[in-house]
Amino acid sequence: MARKVNRSSVLFFGGALLLFAVIQTLISVGILTDYYSNILRIGAVMAIVSLGLNLIYGFNGQFSLGQWGFYAIGAYAAADLTYRWSKLHTANGVTVLLMVALFVGLALWGLGRLLSRVRGLDILSAFGLYLVAVAAATYLGVRVGGTLAEPVTGLLNALPPKLASQLVFFFAVLLAGVVAAEVAYLFGLPVLTLGSDYFGIATLGFTIIVKVLLDNSDTMFGFEEMKGARGMIGIPRETTWFWVFLFLMLVVVVTRNLLHSSEGRAVISVREDEIAAKAMGIDVARYKNLAFVLGSLFAGLAGALYAHINGFLHPDNFNFIRSFDPMIIIVFGGLGSVTGTIAAAFGWAILLEGVLRLFLPAGFETWRFVVYPLLLLIMMLLRPAGLLGSFELPFLKRVLPPLKASTPGAAEAKGGPA
Amino acid sequence: MQTNLAPARPRTLQERILRGRWIGKILLILLLGYAAWAIGRQAVESPALFAEQVKNGLQLGFVYAMIALGYTMVYGIVRLINFAHGDVFMVGAFVSYFAISRVELHRWLASLAPGLPEGLTLLVGTLTVIILSMITCAFLAVIIERVAYKPLRTAPRISALITAIGVSFFLEYFGALDFVFSPDFITYPRPFPVQVWYIKDGIHPLVPGSEAPAGSVLFSNIFIIIALSSIFLLVLLNFIVRRTRVGKAMRAVAYDKPTARLMGINVDGIISVTFAIGAALAGAGGVLYAIAFPSIVFWMGVIPGLKAFVAAVLGGIGSIPGAFLGAMIMGQAETLSAGYISTPMRDAIAFTILILVLLVRPTGILGEIEREKA
Repeated sequence: MARKVNRSSVLFFGGALLLFAVIQTLISVGILTDYYSNILRIGAVMAIVSLGLNLIYGFNGQFSLGQWGFYAIGAYAAADLTYRWSKLHTANGVTVLLMVALFVGLALWGLGRLLSRVRGLDILSAFGLYLVAVAAATYLGVRVGGTLAEPVTGLLNALPPKLASQLVFFFAVLLAGVVAAEVAYLFGLPVLTLGSDYFGIATLGFTIIVKVLLDNSDTMFGFEEMKGARGMIGIPRETTWFWVFLFLMLVVVVTRNLLHSSEGRAVISVREDEIAAKAMGIDVARYKNLAFVLGSLFAGLAGALYAHINGFLHPDNFNFIRSFDPMIIIVFGGLGSVTGTIAAAFGWAILLEGVLRLFLPAGFETWRFVVYPLLLLIMMLLRPAGLLGSFELPFLKRVLPPLKASTPGAAEAKGGPA
Repeated sequence: MQTNLAPARPRTLQERILRGRWIGKILLILLLGYAAWAIGRQAVESPALFAEQVKNGLQLGFVYAMIALGYTMVYGIVRLINFAHGDVFMVGAFVSYFAISRVELHRWLASLAPGLPEGLTLLVGTLTVIILSMITCAFLAVIIERVAYKPLRTAPRISALITAIGVSFFLEYFGALDFVFSPDFITYPRPFPVQVWYIKDGIHPLVPGSEAPAGSVLFSNIFIIIALSSIFLLVLLNFIVRRTRVGKAMRAVAYDKPTARLMGINVDGIISVTFAIGAALAGAGGVLYAIAFPSIVFWMGVIPGLKAFVAAVLGGIGSIPGAFLGAMIMGQAETLSAGYISTPMRDAIAFTILILVLLVRPTGILGEIEREKA
């Protein structure tokens, strides 16, 4: 089937390229100083995390506070790989994580196939089996990856150093996303069966557990370079505007294409009415898992990019209270709105990192976090449906109406998989 | 999954494993067994230390219970996770700090009637400080409810949740300003001198500066005042909820808001009363917590607030006995895992327990199976 090139996608990609080129030129010329480009990069990273959360909460209706935990996993995973390459001059991080991700992925997939034939397996039992399989796969991955480290390091050393470090960075970001997604799959398997608020609380617990583990990463798990609660330093600052823009576009296009497919309609139907969706023959558990895993993958990517912006990570950045930041962004952007989420993410970064840092009068610097919640409250009271409401760029226009709490039962996913 | 049909008798081994949910059970038994072994081994070695840990756990549990009740009551009525509750707790501690250090409120009876014994005047003074904090927190919560939550009652629940986060941030960072509570740790002046006793062949007072004999269990008047005042407040709360008109109205509103309104109950008023009662308990909890751990700072409410919230969920959110039970479990889990398993991992252990309990009982230990409401 020949792909029709329609006007809206030409406009969208053209506009995006233009935007990228303009900002890139401004950065190269030096009009946008490091400080401002930092804000833009953080905005883009927040946009990626929030798009992931929007997929989970906005489109699939699962109230997740775990996004920040997956973000943390991505950040630390990627930072460790690039740190090992740039400071310890070994690619063992990349090979080990690659192998672990591969074997764990295979184990999850294989066990999933196997267990789908067993009827009447309860969640906890299934989870136990998965846990054992994942542990075995991780062990295997570490062993195989360890033996591959030497040759791969040699191979990468043969390349020009700049290219090699960019390559390592690219793989680190991708692997971070994959690892976050696999953890999400494993964790989501039992937890996604909980009711909405309880799911939120369990995922909040996940974020806190991740933070505690990171606090003790050096003393209890032997990751010396992560330095536990003292904060990890010396991560190469590889995240350029090009990389964040590339990944943001990737995430936007994936989200958009997903939502325009029958799978996406199935995801949305779960949000609208779970029981009705089930009655239409939609595998509710599968689509909850799909959205959760994909959203967490985005969080992992974003975390990896974030780690390489400042070259510094601290477990306090991944405090549970910050896990509300993406939630705030998607609510302001309008739940289930892609354009709104991106706009709100950049707005949030500009407001919090830019305006409130620069324009508070002298002596009032500590008022930053007093003004921020006040703005939050005023905004929430005045525009509870989000800043942009239901505005959406034509390219991203949904096939289904946006989330409306007052219209339950609008399960229109007739195109769901039979 | 359950049907009314009687299930066929399991025949094969596979069926037995599946029907008995054995794999999951073995996983849980292994985990519990490990914890019991880790704790039990050392508890047998030194029973006094174990008793000390349990006592500390009880003390923590009582404070968590006071906070957890506010969460659970508010959730039961408006289905809102009131994240600002932990910060109300912090405000309670600070109000008592100012009352003690600036006004010397705990000495009011001593200055009025100098002849009375010091112990009595300080006891009355401490209770006055607690009551002052409770009243202040109740007013604060009602103001918060009126300004921030009430306008959003018909909005989607997420809006109210974000607002709660906003209120929480505001209370914390407004408190962090120099002229409010200051961003630093403050040493909390206890309203009464600490008296320690030790239990070994009977109860003996410990002379300050001396060491207790080995193998004895220590407890102090701090523990007594925390235990007594929280038990008193919990009994009072139970009485209010079960035996008074307001309590009846609260239960009715929690059960079904539109019908309660039709029955002539002032729903908004009852919601405010619920917030006030919950906040008063949190305020008292704040004072008791500050007395037990005498160092206060503007973010001190975050972690106890979170733990108490977990306790409320653990026990079944919306259920008052559940919150109490959950708080006791959280207190013990925290001190025992800190003492015997791993100190830095204690928060992770607490949340692992939460997740496991939710997987076994999705609505908490004493929670009701959720009904679909219109």
